[in-house]
Amino acid sequence: MQFIGKYDPLKNEKIQILDNQGNIINNNIEFDISDETLIEAYKIMNLSRKQDEFQNIVQRQGRLLSFLSSSGQEACEVAYAMSMEKGVDWLSPGYRNNAAWLASGIPVRNIMLYWTGNEFGGQSPEGINVLPPNIIIGSQYSQAAGLAFGEKYLNKKGVVLTTTGDGGMSEGEVYESMNFAQLHNLPVIFICENNKWAISTPYSKSTKSLNIAVKAIASGTPSLIVDGNDFLACYAVIQECLKFCREGNGPVFIEFDTYRLGAHSSSDNPDVYRPKDEFEKAKLDDPLTRMKNYLVEKGIWSKKKQEALDSEQFEFLKTEFEWAEKNKDYPVSDVFDYIYDQKPDFLVEQLAEAKTFYPDNENKFGGDK
Amino acid sequence: MKTLNNIKAVNEALDIAMEKWNEVIVFGEDVGYEGGVFRATEGLQKKYGEERCFDAPISESLFIGAAIGMAMNKLKPVVELQFLELGMASLQNILGHMGRVRNRSRGKYPAPIVVRTPMGGGIRALELHSGAIEAVFAHTPGIKVIIPSTPYDTKGLLLAAIESNDPVIILEPTKLYRAFKQEVPEGYYTVPIGEAAYIFEGNDLTIVTYGSQTVDCQKAVEEYESKNPNVTIELIDLRTIKPWDKKMIIESVKKTGRLLVVHEAVKSFSVSSEIIATVNEEAFGYLKAPPMRCTGYDIVIPLESGETYHQPTKEKILSKINQLIEYEF
Ligand SMILES: Cc1ncc(C[n+]2csc(CCOP(=O)(O)OP(=O)(O)O)c2C)c(N)n1
Repeated sequence: MQFIGKYDPLKNEKIQILDNQGNIINNNIEFDISDETLIEAYKIMNLSRKQDEFQNIVQRQGRLLSFLSSSGQEACEVAYAMSMEKGVDWLSPGYRNNAAWLASGIPVRNIMLYWTGNEFGGQSPEGINVLPPNIIIGSQYSQAAGLAFGEKYLNKKGVVLTTTGDGGMSEGEVYESMNFAQLHNLPVIFICENNKWAISTPYSKSTKSLNIAVKAIASGTPSLIVDGNDFLACYAVIQECLKFCREGNGPVFIEFDTYRLGAHSSSDNPDVYRPKDEFEKAKLDDPLTRMKNYLVEKGIWSKKKQEALDSEQFEFLKTEFEWAEKNKDYPVSDVFDYIYDQKPDFLVEQLAEAKTFYPDNENKFGGDK
Repeated sequence: MKTLNNIKAVNEALDIAMEKWNEVIVFGEDVGYEGGVFRATEGLQKKYGEERCFDAPISESLFIGAAIGMAMNKLKPVVELQFLELGMASLQNILGHMGRVRNRSRGKYPAPIVVRTPMGGGIRALELHSGAIEAVFAHTPGIKVIIPSTPYDTKGLLLAAIESNDPVIILEPTKLYRAFKQEVPEGYYTVPIGEAAYIFEGNDLTIVTYGSQTVDCQKAVEEYESKNPNVTIELIDLRTIKPWDKKMIIESVKKTGRLLVVHEAVKSFSVSSEIIATVNEEAFGYLKAPPMRCTGYDIVIPLESGETYHQPTKEKILSKINQLIEYEF
């Protein structure tokens, strides 16, 4: 183990490999990542960023309900989600995890379908253990603890990853979950994506603690602080944490130090509360720029490749969105069908009444499975 | 056959379920070593080990959240909340997640959890130990709510709940835990969720009740009938609050023309509101008197000295029976 137990959150130590220009500044860290994986990760990061930009446009046109963007947080989200073993590990996410959803294999069209208002979009395809977006902050942590209990009890080898923001770390359930996971020695990675803002509430008004990672210490959970905009550091740490959990050492906590570059949601205007100079400074730490510089420096990426990728991804997003828009409607029975395993009589009656008001819409979609 | 009280019936059902299904996990405050403050889980840890029956830290919100995670991962958690109203922190997960995850995931992640907890008053308890907030749960889509009153039903309904693919809340009347015993079949059997049961059959008045009021109603009916030999009263134990047995109650009201609903929960926006509204919608033409109710008042439940002010009593029930039988349009 090169991180767990060695980096001390009480000393406020942060794990970093790349500086914000993309230069390697820490040669002591060993990790193994192929060029293909680097390119793949970068492409997903770029796709998520482009998706945010695209969705902002269509949202303003009134074609998308709302969404919460991952812009600024792509490095850590892609690092942890692409490290999960498909069909084995679990992700119990919040609502701001677009890049993680993409990296875990959820088709972009499903995500778009969700934000256009069709709940099938929240259903992960066969063989991908990702829970639908969780809107109530904090509960994803306790669900993760329960999922991990199942993994251990059933002798499966999955690790559960769950994530919340710096604001969410004030919820009591967060501590309750780490305490429970620690008591039962469960394979779960608790993540905080500290993007410095909880809607308009700054980090300084959420907590007086030295950093977020120290909050895990009271439950006995080892914790780490990582530069969340540094893909290499995030990736190296997540590999170690997955191994730590798989080997039966219990839970671990990671604070990814990052920044929310976008608005809180599509109906929020951060210019009202966010200091301009803080934002300008944060942009210099953009994880995409950093990663791109590093790849260019390494000789595996170029301006030309970037231009091609941007236009290819833009076209792809356009087609996928148009598909989602066309498939977003569902018949009235859909909102009655999944409440109980079998419809009780009162729902059968209510559905029959509802159907007289809403003629059958055959455009029923079951997600991209 | 075995003679059991209600708490032993709970214990036996859990034992049978844990024996039958390896996925059943029982946890909550003090349920492991001691077997719970009411001893509902007595002996289970010893028999099935600490992994399957354990003491949880006092974190009620986590209980249900973790149970949801377990259930999504194919386990069958049976969670005990030590006291209904001391488990308020769990409401966030019960109302916000437990009843919704099936729909949210469009059927991919059902959350078949059983939550059991003592409920109701008449037990001379501290504040927040006597609440009857079944309407809160019944009001929430996706959840089933059971309030058994006899050992036979307690065992059979608990096993049905564990078998169910939906989340179920079982509210166990604390007052009845050790109030009486009944012969109960050994081994596995279920009582169907959603079916009410006749305690008495009759022709002139339907009384619908559940939980500890089944006992008070029984006494009131016996007393009334002994003084009024030409009147017979149909007494129904609802057993399941949601989905409730509309068919049986409507049929009964069509026969008797009179309805009284009895429960200790506060009057406004309650189970009786729902039943009476439905009877008005579906059997109005059969009514010989306006449907009435005998319930707790809309007050904070008083401590021991004032406890009976709040609760339906035999006298209060008798007075309503009189009003209904003698009512003239
Ligand atoms: C339990 C709960 N309370 C309030 C909200 C409303 N709410 C939505 S997002 C948010 C801020 C969350 O901030 P943070 O945890 O830092 O995550 P971020 O959105 O910055 O990723 C709040 C208060 C909620 N979703 N859940």
